[in-house]
Amino acid sequence: MLIPCPYCGLRSHEEFTTLGEAGRVRPSGDDLQAFADYVYLRNNVAGRHRELWFHAAGCHAWLTVERDTLTHLIHGAWPVNETPTSEAHTGNEPANEAPAP
Amino acid sequence: MSRRYSILSLLAGALRGRSYWQPAWRDAAPKAGYDLVIVGGGGHGLATAYYLARVHGMRNIAVVEKGWIGGGNVGRNTTIVRSNYLLPGNAPFYEHSMQLWETLEQELNYNAMVSQRGVLNLFHSDAQRDAAVRRGNAMRLHGIDAELLDTRDVQRLYPSFDFDNARFPIKGGLLQPRGGTVRHDAVAWGYARAASALGVDIIQNCEVTGIRHSDAGVQGLETTRGLIATQRVGLACAGNTSRVATLAGLRLPLESHVLQAFVSEALKPLILGVVTFGAGHFYLSQSDKGGLVFGGDIDGYNSYAQRGNLPTLEDVCEGGMALLPALGRVRLLRSWGGVMDMSMDGSPIIDRTPIDGLYLNAGWCYGGFKATPASGWCFAHLLATGQTHTHAAAYRLDRFSTGHMVDEKGQGPFPNRH
Amino acid sequence: MNLKPQPFRHNNCGLIDRNTTMAFQFDGRTYHGHAGDTLASALLANGVRLLGRSFKYHRPRGLLSAGSEEPNALVELRTDARREPNTRATVIELFDGLEARSQNRWPSLQFDLGAINGLLAPLFGAGFYYKTFMWPAAFWERVYEPLIRRAAGLGRAAMEEDPDSYEKAWAFCDLLVVGGGETGLRAALEAGRRGERVIVADEDFRWGGRCLAESTPVDGLPGAQWVEQILRELAQLPEVMLMPRTTVFGAYDSGVHGALERVSDHLSEPLPGQPRQRLWRIVAKSTLLATGSIERPLVFGDNDRPGVMLAGAVRTYLHRYGVLPGERAVVYADNDNGDVTAANLRAAGIDVAAVLDTRRGASVVRALGGTALRGVEISEGGRTRRIECDLLAMSGGWMPNLALATHHGSKAPADTGTRHFAVPKTQRKCFVDFQHDVTVDDLLLARQEGFTSVEHLKRYTTLGMATDQGKTSNLNALAIVAEAAGKALAEVGSTRLRPPYTPVALGAFAGHHRGRHFRPTRLTPSHAWAEARGAVFVEAGNWLRAQYFPTTGEDDWLTTVTREVQAVRSGVGICDVSTLGKIDLQGPDAVAFLERVYANRFQSLAVGRCRYALMLREDGMVMDDGTVARLGPQRFLVTTTTANAVGAYQHLQYCHQVLWPELDVQFISVTERWAQFSVAGPNARQLLQRVVAEPMTLENGAFPYLACSNFILRNGTQARLYRVSFSGELAYEIAVPADGGEALINQLFVAGEDLGVVAYGTEALGVMRIEKGHVAGNELTGHTTAFDLGLQRLVAARNEAVGSVLARRPALLEPTRPQLVGLRPVNQQQRLYAGSHFLPQGAANTAQHDTGYVTSVAYSPSLGYWIGLGLLERGPERHGEVLRAVDLLRGHDVLVEICDPVFLDPAGERLRV
Repeated sequence: MLIPCPYCGLRSHEEFTTLGEAGRVRPSGDDLQAFADYVYLRNNVAGRHRELWFHAAGCHAWLTVERDTLTHLIHGAWPVNETPTSEAHTGNEPANEAPAP
Repeated sequence: MSRRYSILSLLAGALRGRSYWQPAWRDAAPKAGYDLVIVGGGGHGLATAYYLARVHGMRNIAVVEKGWIGGGNVGRNTTIVRSNYLLPGNAPFYEHSMQLWETLEQELNYNAMVSQRGVLNLFHSDAQRDAAVRRGNAMRLHGIDAELLDTRDVQRLYPSFDFDNARFPIKGGLLQPRGGTVRHDAVAWGYARAASALGVDIIQNCEVTGIRHSDAGVQGLETTRGLIATQRVGLACAGNTSRVATLAGLRLPLESHVLQAFVSEALKPLILGVVTFGAGHFYLSQSDKGGLVFGGDIDGYNSYAQRGNLPTLEDVCEGGMALLPALGRVRLLRSWGGVMDMSMDGSPIIDRTPIDGLYLNAGWCYGGFKATPASGWCFAHLLATGQTHTHAAAYRLDRFSTGHMVDEKGQGPFPNRH
Repeated sequence: MNLKPQPFRHNNCGLIDRNTTMAFQFDGRTYHGHAGDTLASALLANGVRLLGRSFKYHRPRGLLSAGSEEPNALVELRTDARREPNTRATVIELFDGLEARSQNRWPSLQFDLGAINGLLAPLFGAGFYYKTFMWPAAFWERVYEPLIRRAAGLGRAAMEEDPDSYEKAWAFCDLLVVGGGETGLRAALEAGRRGERVIVADEDFRWGGRCLAESTPVDGLPGAQWVEQILRELAQLPEVMLMPRTTVFGAYDSGVHGALERVSDHLSEPLPGQPRQRLWRIVAKSTLLATGSIERPLVFGDNDRPGVMLAGAVRTYLHRYGVLPGERAVVYADNDNGDVTAANLRAAGIDVAAVLDTRRGASVVRALGGTALRGVEISEGGRTRRIECDLLAMSGGWMPNLALATHHGSKAPADTGTRHFAVPKTQRKCFVDFQHDVTVDDLLLARQEGFTSVEHLKRYTTLGMATDQGKTSNLNALAIVAEAAGKALAEVGSTRLRPPYTPVALGAFAGHHRGRHFRPTRLTPSHAWAEARGAVFVEAGNWLRAQYFPTTGEDDWLTTVTREVQAVRSGVGICDVSTLGKIDLQGPDAVAFLERVYANRFQSLAVGRCRYALMLREDGMVMDDGTVARLGPQRFLVTTTTANAVGAYQHLQYCHQVLWPELDVQFISVTERWAQFSVAGPNARQLLQRVVAEPMTLENGAFPYLACSNFILRNGTQARLYRVSFSGELAYEIAVPADGGEALINQLFVAGEDLGVVAYGTEALGVMRIEKGHVAGNELTGHTTAFDLGLQRLVAARNEAVGSVLARRPALLEPTRPQLVGLRPVNQQQRLYAGSHFLPQGAANTAQHDTGYVTSVAYSPSLGYWIGLGLLERGPERHGEVLRAVDLLRGHDVLVEICDPVFLDPAGERLRV
């Protein structure tokens, strides 16, 4: 899989590490349950969603990558602080045909 | 009704021809309602159905599977079974599973080729050795078999491993002699056949599209083959758990990842048991058909695609060559990918959910196959009695809030590191 | 040398080079062939038609095809360390001196005892092993399985290390053309003329595909000539790259394709410096699959006899290789290829006894013969008769070769051609998958038992799971199943094809990362110096670190390490600690950032001071520990452990870029920029004073414990000094730019000679930190909190700090949690063992009595006995209690007294001297 790093261009995903879905907001305050939900719960979307990738063997930028988890197609990648607001689905896609085994 | 299997039945079949044999399980059509429905016709779902029928006498139950049974991870794994876990929350559970494996063929009258040729975890440093010693002692304290091997012991078992030119020399290994492999397809088909014989409806090509529930709890399942009324639903959907749980409005501590596995061309016997390499993610065994079955780490990114990319294969082969330099000329025959439900501490969840009547069995990461019998047993216990089985006591959904994680590797809330 | 020509070599035809004759061996006999032959064509030219025995029934087998789809002619190629089992004779380029052997037969190919399996065939139907081998229970592993494992597998892998090397490369193009037949070459030319970057790859060693096999002209030219012409044109286009002998085996994400180039497999061995094979990752903007088609076998009784061949292969052997595959042929087809083949055979002088076309109501019921075809029994117009022949050329038509198109999970489009799928009524075995001996009966049995889905069918019968992955069997199987189910072929579906298209050597995927190059080796700045002093090294991740420095006469490590520790505690010692992670962090918000990333407070950290720092994971567990040194108002140097250097840095970047981008702070990893040495012991100050330039003084008042500073060495080198101590002695860490590290350590050893300066390694480092109760990797397991490790006093517990909130979860505050303790043996002669578990005296060795475990042990030269650290439930409350440290694996049971983890100088006086 090739990640279109906005600084470095198209690079193999071997150069990156990933932290999974983007968009989780770290709570302020000391509400244990809210913090646990932030750390542990995931939407785990089957379809198009946004994730966080770190260009470890390159520019060391954290990126938001919009990628489809069913097809691995990448629709965009931005520095994490220059990510446009999402118009894509944020929930699970309607049940697509999973690829035949 | 499927006939009893034995060498005599084979002879009878040979003499009387094909018509002697019956379908291994009933391909049932859904009824209007059941006492209980299991969603997911993989190893865990089918095992659960079997134990519900056999141990708890529940017959008016069904398994609904969106495709064909055993088409998911039970149909494409590396077949390893072991109970060499470290943590007290895990050890009794996996040992229970091991013991169920040991009598499974007689129990199901199906040759699952349970083969206990040993699982050997190699280590390459003093720190790794100390960690292996800790784990081996934990196993022994739980009455589970474990042996510490030094370099010479390993060399006697596997003389063709690299002991001379290795980047990370083998310092020894932790062996579980009773660990080994089981024929994965046989597990799904064996449980299906036995459950079906006890009256369980196995409903294939039936995808759940909605979970009807109210404040009072679950009311039924909307499926591609119609509405099925029920007040008890057990989810056993592995990598697809989040997609199904979403139908009930639930967010779970799961992330789906691709795990690749590989098989080589069939060879004469080369590897006796199961070996895991300690200086890189790599594990290896040899199937009875002769193919080397091997794999390593998950690819690392979220995926439902059931396939991965080349860098993982390259890493895996590097690990293989580091362990066994003669592997260079052995050829890769086929690769697969499955969808793993990675959890936030690497351990499973067998628990009720906030919705009354909806129960969850998920989070098996890439280690669900060996757990199949105990998972079925404990999930059946929970579904039938409403009580958590003692062996699954640690697998609560709320453990992430309370802090009682069961984290074997100590990697923390990073699903792709477990 | 005037060699007799091979008996079945055609006089006129063939694209082989008859001027180059090669000798080769098969099953110990010597034959001759020509350059341009494959092993298959050369054997055929010599009249050798029996090439192998099938997997299950050990049936005699010959060539079915002329390409990589071949299921039968699998041989063991080469000998010794280069031996390769399961190699298709049809793709082996002949070379002089080639040695090959048939497989899976004993004692010989002609007479194989394994054929007895065929007699027991009715018992060996699909899935038979699931129904038996269950009794007696113990027999599976002891008797049945070993026998099965010995019988399984077709070939033997070499046991020696692979002597050849493999390379890897990347290539990029606008258009990747997979397949260099007529279509592929035309497409490449067109795209090349448009100026596109094109790569054309073909698995064969000659370009042209079917052009080389058919007698029909292309653009008015004989096929081979047309190919030469288009190759000349392609050679003119600099952006077109031709890759012969290259199989594109997989289509992956983002246009990445895996391809395997056989660089020197066609030579007896690689030339010096030449790899055997090369793995290509080809990134293509678009891909054209010009992979042609595979011919479908027809299904009838005993359709696997040597001499039953695909008609297209017959034409290939005639025209490309100049070989006569038989003397008297029958042709059998459901399409026009039958008539074409018959004409080609006659033109080559082969007698064609019959041309059977299913469209004209003729079919073959069964083939006759054993180790060679003798004839066929046919049905025509309702009547059966026998025809003598030694060659049956059959064609079920061409099946598009779509493997790569389905690698991404899309299903192959439904086959809508009109084909003949009827299977004759016969008691004889009708083979569908030749390699796994799967017959029509097996498929119908599977259906009978409810394995109706294609997936189940395949797994139950093992159809399509052999080394040919169903290339010649998948379609026939689907058709038979569809017929039996009364469904259309399109409804039945298909199984998914996956990489690799044909098997690929594992060595190609590993490339150069073998042996010592499995992972990079990272050397510290003082490595050469340490090596010269006889250091023994240990792996620490990818680093090599000096573990201990034995001197002459010391023949066990414990003696050496004890001496090193004593030398440090009584004099001065130096240890290379360059591998620790270092991060240079600056900015107006640096303090605010540090106070969120670490558990500690930093507001109060003065310029010129260090602090021990604890980094928590967001779930409250300790992730790493290190130091933070304040070199300036907004300038910090942060250290991490060696193991977590990369992870901690990534985490810091996450906190900075994702969590708190509003904080104005910048940082970069400088781990490899600084050589750093620990200088420890009562004489440390004296030693360092000799290298530090005036006016800097290390006198205690001016440079107290935990001070830090930039400074200059007497020789002018920039340096940094940190007064931190892991050993518990008066100690400093001195850092210089990395390329000055070796010079510095030399300088320190010269300067400290009269002070008895000693080199010490990671073992002694470990002993001393255990004596002082410092936690390290063995205690930072990812399961321990600051509370568990007795470090709660460092935690400032601000909500916004990473890990702060979840550290307060109930389970993480339970006093029953395992917490850090020290332990010493009651009997001071006894040794301690890491990994032992704590059990009460008098209790059984069971899990219910398990209360913790020993994390680290060391022989303490300072105390004269073994000591350890451990994690024990309610640990701090139990000092003075006597427990057993039990190691069941190695048979140790040692009485230990629980104590404070700090064994030496608990008040820290020696540190502050």
